[in-house]
Amino acid sequence: MSGDFWFDALLGVLLLVLALATIQARQLAAAVMLYVVFGLMLALAWARLGAADLALAEAAIGAGLTGALLFSALARQPKSITPPVRAGKMAPLAALMLCISMGTVLGWTLWQLPLQPAHSQLPAALEQLGSSGTEHLVTAVLLNFRAWDTLLELLVLLLALLGTRLVAAPEPAALQHWPLARQWSIRLLPLLVLVAFFVLWRGATAPGGAFQAGALLAAALVVLRLNGQLPMLSFGAWWVRALILAGVLAFLLAGLLSLWLNWQPEQAVQWLSWPLPLAKGLILLIELCATLAIGLTLTLLVVGERKELTA
Amino acid sequence: MMAWLGGVLLMLGLLFFLAGSFGVLRFPDVFSRLHAVTKADTLGLGFIVLGLGVLQQDWQRFLLMLLIWGLVMLSGTISCQLLGQYGRDQTRDHEESAE
Repeated sequence: MSGDFWFDALLGVLLLVLALATIQARQLAAAVMLYVVFGLMLALAWARLGAADLALAEAAIGAGLTGALLFSALARQPKSITPPVRAGKMAPLAALMLCISMGTVLGWTLWQLPLQPAHSQLPAALEQLGSSGTEHLVTAVLLNFRAWDTLLELLVLLLALLGTRLVAAPEPAALQHWPLARQWSIRLLPLLVLVAFFVLWRGATAPGGAFQAGALLAAALVVLRLNGQLPMLSFGAWWVRALILAGVLAFLLAGLLSLWLNWQPEQAVQWLSWPLPLAKGLILLIELCATLAIGLTLTLLVVGERKELTA
Repeated sequence: MMAWLGGVLLMLGLLFFLAGSFGVLRFPDVFSRLHAVTKADTLGLGFIVLGLGVLQQDWQRFLLMLLIWGLVMLSGTISCQLLGQYGRDQTRDHEESAE
């Protein structure tokens, strides 16, 4: 067996162990830390599979921002959580049955999946790459061939933010402001902004793009906000709302524009198919707006401003 | 010759990571654990970057790895300081409440 095989096998086993350890951890803080480590290892697994886009997104969002989100949720927990009321005797049995049936269905579905799909759409996608307005296949799929999916993803993010605004979370414990952390976050800001826009720009030719860049921007904003170096990101401010909606709005406007430009009588019109000369510009515009929207939305999800509602 | 040198440097780096991990597991309090784990970050990663640089002999990638090493060192130092401060405050509070 080659070294690669052992590395991958070790990684797979490590992922399973980390997942189990996360669920089984007695302390919530330990569970969150294990979950972050799990996310990093999962990013490594995606990188091993050659999916650099997914690896970047998993490391930035799955491990980084979700970790920060869980920690800030943890900071709002009361000191001691009363253990839940013990359920009846039949409950474990029912849970076991549910797990077994779910596992069977999932396993059966996995078994049905062919390792090499017979009708792969990859060759067709590669053929059309030239007319997509970008040189990187993943970006072409996300923002041209399957632009509809990406638009809906942005809507899901928006709905998630609106949903969390309805939940009344307790106030976080008083934050300690450490001079060292504040100095570091200010020094880190230009670097994070630079890397975020680099990742966005690189998305045209190589792994990278709006979600990864947005997550990096959000990281910078979250650190600044938690250190008390940013004013409250109030949802009432018009620019906050405008930036949150920017991604979806840019998408819709680009869609309407290309509908208008592609319009030909007696021909089926396609929603969200960019006219070729404008494709690169439109994709870049959407990605830029989506990056800003994703960055601010993720920031608000993690920071979860409370004072504006109670005031 | 170069391959040997690179291999030795990589092994040295791994040794520091191993020692750091043992330190985190075995040392009794926050401060000595932090001491152990930051050594792994700085020296271990430094030796691995040096070893890879010797093996690859591509100065562009080497510079990039040096930059990453520098960033890891900076963030490691600062998070170590922050954790140390937090640990100090916690132990002080604990002692005060015990008195």
